[in-house]
Amino acid sequence: MARLTIPAQELMRSGHSACPGCGATLVMRYLLKGLGERTIVTVPACCWTVIATPFPTTALDVPMLDCAFEATGASISGLRAAADQLGLKDVTIVGFAGDGGTADIGLQALSGMLERRTDGIYLMYDNEAYMNTGVQRSGATPEGAWTTTTPVDEFSRGKLEPKKDIMAIIAAHNPPYAATVNVAFPEDFVKKVEKAKAIHGPRFFHALAPCPPGWRYSSEKTIEVARLATDTNVFPLYEIVDGVYHITRKLGVAKPVREYLQTQGRFSHLDDAEVAKIQAQVDARWKRLLALEGLA
Amino acid sequence: MTQLVISGNYAQSYAAKLARVHVVSAYPITPQTAIVEKIAEFVASGALPAEYIKVESEHSAMQACISASALGARTYTATSSQGLLLMHELLHWAAGARTPVVMGVVNRAVAPPWSIWTDHGDTMSQRDTGWIQFYGESNQEVLDTTLMAFRLAEHPEVRLPAMVTEDAFYLSHTVEPVDIPGQDQVDAFLPPRERSSTLEVGKAMRLGSFTGPEHYMEFRHKIAKAMVRTRDVFLEIEDDYARITGRNHGGLLPTYKTDDADTVLVTMGTATTTARGVVDAMRADGHKVGLAKLRTFRPFPVQELRDLATRVDRIGVLDRSFTFGAAGAAFTEVAGALYAAPHHPQLRGFVAGLGGRDITAAMVREALLDLLTRDGPESSWVELKSRTEAS
Repeated sequence: MARLTIPAQELMRSGHSACPGCGATLVMRYLLKGLGERTIVTVPACCWTVIATPFPTTALDVPMLDCAFEATGASISGLRAAADQLGLKDVTIVGFAGDGGTADIGLQALSGMLERRTDGIYLMYDNEAYMNTGVQRSGATPEGAWTTTTPVDEFSRGKLEPKKDIMAIIAAHNPPYAATVNVAFPEDFVKKVEKAKAIHGPRFFHALAPCPPGWRYSSEKTIEVARLATDTNVFPLYEIVDGVYHITRKLGVAKPVREYLQTQGRFSHLDDAEVAKIQAQVDARWKRLLALEGLA
Repeated sequence: MTQLVISGNYAQSYAAKLARVHVVSAYPITPQTAIVEKIAEFVASGALPAEYIKVESEHSAMQACISASALGARTYTATSSQGLLLMHELLHWAAGARTPVVMGVVNRAVAPPWSIWTDHGDTMSQRDTGWIQFYGESNQEVLDTTLMAFRLAEHPEVRLPAMVTEDAFYLSHTVEPVDIPGQDQVDAFLPPRERSSTLEVGKAMRLGSFTGPEHYMEFRHKIAKAMVRTRDVFLEIEDDYARITGRNHGGLLPTYKTDDADTVLVTMGTATTTARGVVDAMRADGHKVGLAKLRTFRPFPVQELRDLATRVDRIGVLDRSFTFGAAGAAFTEVAGALYAAPHHPQLRGFVAGLGGRDITAAMVREALLDLLTRDGPESSWVELKSRTEAS
């Protein structure tokens, strides 16, 4: 039996108000397992505003500060500055935001936080659309995906544009640590969080958070869908440490992207040509990632 | 205590330093820049051992202050005009989260057309955000009021953010002798902020949260009650400040020669100084005129205005901003405050000095004479240029 490396301590409680099968709850759970109890979480408008449960309750055993939708990066900087001034040096400050709050409306504040080298962690949980408001497309929605604002009809084939590459944007700021994590690989996830915790400066996580209602799959399949995302190279697992890329899960031969796409209703309209186009894009991105790793 | 000849902007910077702020977070905008440049110097020299977060926008400046304040830090920022408008969402947030952020605002007109010159349109448009608003008349008043604002904002029965404004250039870039209180005096007046019990490391707490119709109104009502309480708390704080420094700027609505006046002009900011001279001159001519200065706009000094209304026949309100579709903001507020009062002096509104146009003594005199001698329009724009003059 494999040695259990995930801390047993739970800092997120089961009494939360997420949808069944929500990937974002697992993201928070594994993140806090890696960071431990001397953590302050700041959360903008996103699913987790609701998941954390309404006043006067909370689903977390650590303090949580709500912040404005587009301001998570600034909230992290403010908390860090206050913690340093008040002598709370051993506290980890973490911002926990969705893909819309990060890659779209919150990009400026995130860039600011990275540029001014705030000693804090920013995690983007990526459910690939504005899920809290009901599945509207975001900059992180993948090409071809159905959303309520990219319908599938006679003159529309889902989202036309490719997914915004948030990790490339992060890498351009040259932070000491950035990594992708996936709820289907909790050991890898927690290991990366523990590694990041020991580093100072701005750190970033891109976490895949499958969403049953938004991606249109049955709620018991979250881990299966998440695992396929990585094993088809749609969502590779890697880290960037001081600019050096390292892929943390590599299969000899990746599975065809079709296997991932066909698990989700949001891709069910795609024809063979469209699937082939997505496969080619995934292959190209993987090749590029291998090349980046090769630079080390 | 020492006396320095400094600008209104430096008065803000010195006040932040004397208050021993923990966290400053700011973004540059003309004409606020000298405030944050001076603070950067204080931090660089070690005179102020604060964290200075150089943010990428005013929106982030306010968010960083709110988050730092939520953890218990004493925080300060400063801005003007467009920067204040960009903060708008976060101004509501600061009040809703009950974070006692203190901010200096250099009043500057709002674009377009671009203008770096003064009027009160920027802060007037933020009057409903739950911030305490002070309007400064002199650099000394700016420094003293900023120090008082920290203690007021942090008072356990208040816990609301506060802004201290100063007219662009008339104060921000004009030097005056300012008495700088000693650090020991300020320390005696303004003790360190009590640590927050809301966000405590290791504790399951959430600040912000979300709520349904069953709680939201009560949260708002708490802010409303705190703002009402602000009046008395501020008067106590000003008395205490006067005890330590010898200076008292006269509460929420300081008056000038109103005891036997039958006509009073209500002013804000630096126009007050000009108007005071006009009152003296008109008094010499036998006119029973006086002045009342709106030092706070939030809380609005309703009680003080009603007291004043019992003594006078006519009140003119000089506004340096305009609420489109209505009238000058101060005028409508004064009218609203007096409607439910037993005495109803005749009210007139004068809109002047927008976008940095000088409010001259002649202008103020004309307005007061107009008020004294005839029943004019309810609201008028002072000395508007004709089309040919303007072009």
